[in-house]
Amino acid sequence: MTGEQIMFYLLGGGAVVASAAMLLPPMGRNPIHSAISLIVSFFFLAGLYALLSAHMLSVLQIIVYAGAVMVLFTFVIMLLNLGPDELQDTRITPSRIAAGILALFVFGKLATAIQLTTAGAQAVDLNDPGFAQFGTVPEVGRMMYTTFLVPFELVSVLLLVAAVGAVVLAKRSLKYVDRPEPPPAGFEHAAPESTEDAHAHGGGH
Amino acid sequence: MTSIPLGHILLLAALLFGIGLAGVVTRRNVLVMLMSVEVMMNAVNLTLVGFSRYNGWTEGHVLAFFIIAVAAAEAAVGLAMVLAVFRLKQTTYVDELRLLKR
Repeated sequence: MTGEQIMFYLLGGGAVVASAAMLLPPMGRNPIHSAISLIVSFFFLAGLYALLSAHMLSVLQIIVYAGAVMVLFTFVIMLLNLGPDELQDTRITPSRIAAGILALFVFGKLATAIQLTTAGAQAVDLNDPGFAQFGTVPEVGRMMYTTFLVPFELVSVLLLVAAVGAVVLAKRSLKYVDRPEPPPAGFEHAAPESTEDAHAHGGGH
Repeated sequence: MTSIPLGHILLLAALLFGIGLAGVVTRRNVLVMLMSVEVMMNAVNLTLVGFSRYNGWTEGHVLAFFIIAVAAAEAAVGLAMVLAVFRLKQTTYVDELRLLKR
């Protein structure tokens, strides 16, 4: 067993254990513990990417996933003040057993397909001069700004739309959210002028 | 050359995908379900990186980068929706979200 293989199995085992710990009772009962074990799993995956010569993705994994996405998750969990789940959430119910069987079935099918198709696969030699830049920031960046320029720009628009959409969705003054009950019938006619002005200008609170 | 068999990389990715799938279908807390979706996306990224390593194609890395960007957008919008729903219903359990009206 080479050092590369040992690192692969260590990192891979760590990623699997951390992902499973996210769901299983000791840690999985509390959403904040789930989020932390997921961050650990992302770090293991970043190590795997580095091991597979995807240097840029490895760094992006830590910056974007562990740094941005999971901070957002932990922020929301803490904002909502979610405590540990009740015991009912870890009960074994028939639907959960069926769901587990489904997941096992999908994994089994994938494993069979992998067994059948990957025998004897040979990797390219990265010591070859043609692959000197493989997976580095210049190489991936060059491809991103030449071959994949249009998708890249579309993704930037997608991110902008998602950011604006998130702000609009999470805004406190959505029309029906803050109002405790619908206004009585004839409210619009009976309302004094000042109220209508406030609605017209502020659109909320 | 790499000494890691391609089959083992893909098996690890399939295992992570199965864990994420099990999380989505068994857990009832919408935040944990979203996190399980992130695990599934990472499994797909690992597959792309493994194939890229074996074929020497950088395209797989670019595609994985796009998946990361889309996952970030999905997390932002998804969490905003969770916040809006929580304000309405005071819960994050999907079992209790049965009605579209308040």
